[in-house]
Amino acid sequence: MNPLLRLSAADLADMMSRGELTSEDLTRACLERIDAQNPTLNVFLSVDPEGALEAARAVDARRAAAEHLGPLAGIPIAVKDNFCTTDFATTCGSRMLEGWVPPYDATVVTRLRQAGLIIVGKTNMDEFAMGSSTETSAFGPTRNPWDTDRIPGGSGGGSAAAVASFMTPLAVGSDTGGSIRQPGSVTGTVGVKPTYGGVSRYGLVAMASSLDQPGPVARTAYDAALLHQIIGGYDPMDSASIDAPVGELATAARARSLDGVRVGVVKEFAGEGYEPGVLRRFEEAVDVLRAAGAEVVEVSCPHFTYALPTYYLIQPAELSSNLARFDGMRYGLRVGDDGTRSAEEVMNLTREAGFGREAKRRIIIGTYALSAGYYDAYYGSAQRVRTLIQRDFAAAFETVDVLVSPTTPTVAFKIGERVADPLSMYLADLCTIPSNMAGNASASFPAGLSDDGLPVGFQVMAPPLADERLYIIGGVLERALEARWGGPLLRELEAKA
Amino acid sequence: MTELVDYDELLTRYDPALGLEVHVELNTATKMFCGCPNVFGGDPNTHVCPVCLGLPGSLPVINGKAVESAIRIGLALNCEIAQWCRMARKNYFYPDMTKNFQTSQYDEPIAYDGFVELEVDGETFRVEIERAHMEEDAGKATHVGTSGRIHGADYSLIDYNRAGVPLIEIVTRPILGAGAKAPAVAKAYVAHLRELVKSLGVSDARMEQGSLRCDANISLMPAGSDVLGTRTETKNVNSLRSVERAIRYEMTRQAAILDGGGRVIQETRHFDESTGTTGSGRSKEQAEDYRYFAEPDLMPIAPSAEWVEALRETLPEPPAEHRRRLQGEWGFSDIDFHSIVASGALALVEETVAAGTTPAAARKWWVTELARRANQDGLELDELAITPAQVAAVQGLVDDGQVNDKLARQVIEGVLAGEGEPADVVKSRGLAVVSDEGALSSAVDEVIAANPDVADKIRAGKVAAAGALIGQVMKAMRGQADAGKVRELILAKLT
Repeated sequence: MNPLLRLSAADLADMMSRGELTSEDLTRACLERIDAQNPTLNVFLSVDPEGALEAARAVDARRAAAEHLGPLAGIPIAVKDNFCTTDFATTCGSRMLEGWVPPYDATVVTRLRQAGLIIVGKTNMDEFAMGSSTETSAFGPTRNPWDTDRIPGGSGGGSAAAVASFMTPLAVGSDTGGSIRQPGSVTGTVGVKPTYGGVSRYGLVAMASSLDQPGPVARTAYDAALLHQIIGGYDPMDSASIDAPVGELATAARARSLDGVRVGVVKEFAGEGYEPGVLRRFEEAVDVLRAAGAEVVEVSCPHFTYALPTYYLIQPAELSSNLARFDGMRYGLRVGDDGTRSAEEVMNLTREAGFGREAKRRIIIGTYALSAGYYDAYYGSAQRVRTLIQRDFAAAFETVDVLVSPTTPTVAFKIGERVADPLSMYLADLCTIPSNMAGNASASFPAGLSDDGLPVGFQVMAPPLADERLYIIGGVLERALEARWGGPLLRELEAKA
Repeated sequence: MTELVDYDELLTRYDPALGLEVHVELNTATKMFCGCPNVFGGDPNTHVCPVCLGLPGSLPVINGKAVESAIRIGLALNCEIAQWCRMARKNYFYPDMTKNFQTSQYDEPIAYDGFVELEVDGETFRVEIERAHMEEDAGKATHVGTSGRIHGADYSLIDYNRAGVPLIEIVTRPILGAGAKAPAVAKAYVAHLRELVKSLGVSDARMEQGSLRCDANISLMPAGSDVLGTRTETKNVNSLRSVERAIRYEMTRQAAILDGGGRVIQETRHFDESTGTTGSGRSKEQAEDYRYFAEPDLMPIAPSAEWVEALRETLPEPPAEHRRRLQGEWGFSDIDFHSIVASGALALVEETVAAGTTPAAARKWWVTELARRANQDGLELDELAITPAQVAAVQGLVDDGQVNDKLARQVIEGVLAGEGEPADVVKSRGLAVVSDEGALSSAVDEVIAANPDVADKIRAGKVAAAGALIGQVMKAMRGQADAGKVRELILAKLT
């Protein structure tokens, strides 16, 4: 592997600003790595080498002309395939949108381009972001670079695996119930779900509108913070977008101490169902925070126990409405339109062929949960429980600055292991879902390897608009652990390979 | 052919109940949820963007001006304005709806609990408003084929220019007790709303372009009963005249079914302008499940009390007060004033007066000549191809003595026929009154020569006989002679 690829995005950007590296050379190195790794890992659904190199050369030219460039200008990046891009197909991992090239860019994509980042390709994902393993993609599963028999998490398994396998230093994902953090956890990368409304959803193909949140995927807290600052901030095109500054996140990621910081350990997220290796790494990480000056207390959030069932009513309900537009009439797949069938028959055939099992399952559940006779019993109740979860957070944040937990109860499971049992699959997002329900900020940072040599994630949750706290904790934890390990966690992966 | 029942007779056995849903398209500069221009017409699919096309990933952002217009309509309808409300998703399939759900309001409308008072045949009717809510319009489907309906069409063309146009839907509570006047009350109500939204400046309210459309729910109950009967909903009635006709027709149709021991089927119906009848549409026997829920892509709407009060200040004078004031200013008798109101000419007369003519003259043209023309062509007065300013200009020509009333009618005819401004019509049709002494004098001489016996009578002192000669001269000059001058000349020559 080209040793350049081992470096963080921030270090690569520094080299470029000093004239020691061109974006074109770096992009070429990433493209070579993709060529070598993608056939095994199935990370990218589309790659545009010519377009990427052209964009890289354009940034190099701007730099040569002494133009002022942003901190990540020239850095290659991978984008999850549910963000609209005018130069790539946007499939959402579904046959329904195979080959569909949107006529517009998502706001996140526009901001990446304006900041001079090089979009090299679109990454694989669970179909329409439904799943925790990237196995429901219509284009085959992505494999975890730590163990190719295992899942890379989901739904943003592609974005996490791109970063973990050194194909790109950065990626963008979307997190509805944990789809950035859980893949981060099981691939040993940093995944951040910003405050709901902190990064624009405009152009992100919706799964569940009130929960979806785009965010950064990186190998270091500092890289994630730099990327977060680029894609974050007010967007008048998204009604949920918050009109407030993103904050000094990169500065926060360089904090040295946690003196005076109060950390709450969520009591409900431990015990049965949590692998011992996961709990051990979690406890060690908490000790690191304590050693850095943090005051650690146990906090109870009693309604977090109901987050999972609540989520699996609200999310399919919104999804069933959001996916109604995929009817084969205006874009994407159309099946059976041979002049003899009615529009309704064509729609049925298209949806039958275009949606996978999980999509169909959730559309049916959501339609049922919203239907007149069941609304109060299901969707209505779920919304009330959601309020209780928000109150748990609000009460906890009156006594602590952040909450922490394992990101996932287990390490990466084997491909195929949970496919036939959707309920066990849903458990992967047990700890990540409450943050989506409340709209607050949350992130996963690498916490080391479990006994079987697979990555474990450490989750930090902060109040809405307090995203900088994630980076303060993440940055301190990262430096302390890397000092202990003698380098980044991903070096272990390189050593294995 | 459906059997019908005599209208007056059915009212001895049944009481009608009406429910009116009026959709008003707002004339905001941009659409409800995106920045596309909100204009009528244009080449198909030229005023569209990812948002109003409902493309994957696109998100709505609410138009603040539309919210403002909704609040002003609510206030003008004497409604309460919600302090906090939300948009909702109404999930259903419709071929020209881009997202396969409509963004609307459900249990949290922006305005509710209002009323309007209408005068119908000298009687005041109070119509209770249940709610006025915001929603978006759908695109426009044209079903190509012999039927013109979706069933049996060869193919359908869809124009999304109208998709996302802001709508306000105004819903009444059941209107009871109108009896035989039910169709007239409905017409007066729609006319009132049309006048109201126009005076607010929030809509063009052009029924023929669909920017104001009425769905009429009609049911009959046995006389004296207080249990509502099964209703039908006649959709998209697009003229005031049709509102009245459609309701009248539905009442007679339903009465015939009930008289025969049958059951009215709950369904939507379409009104056919050419036959004056309604036809069956979609059956609504099974209640539809729209799976409403709060639109998660839009933030709640919380108009501040200060804003609402500031908007209240912008309301124009209420129509009833406006009328009282005008009648006083114009000095019309009740009968004369009501003739203006009844013919739907009030706003037009007002504009004509504002263009510089007297109220009496404005009334004369609109209530007599133009009302006759409109009736003859099956149009509303404001659909005639003549503007208040043009009518004022015609009267100006009369006042200047350039034409007389009879010639003025021809001028109006010319304007309606698209021959240009009144002055142009006078010129091109050669309608100007002749008062030139020389021309008149020779015409008078000719008539005197042709009628020696009449001339002798006048010479003998029978001045009244001059009338016959004046008529002859006018005829010879195709009505364009100045009658006073002609009389003077005849008398001068013969006495």
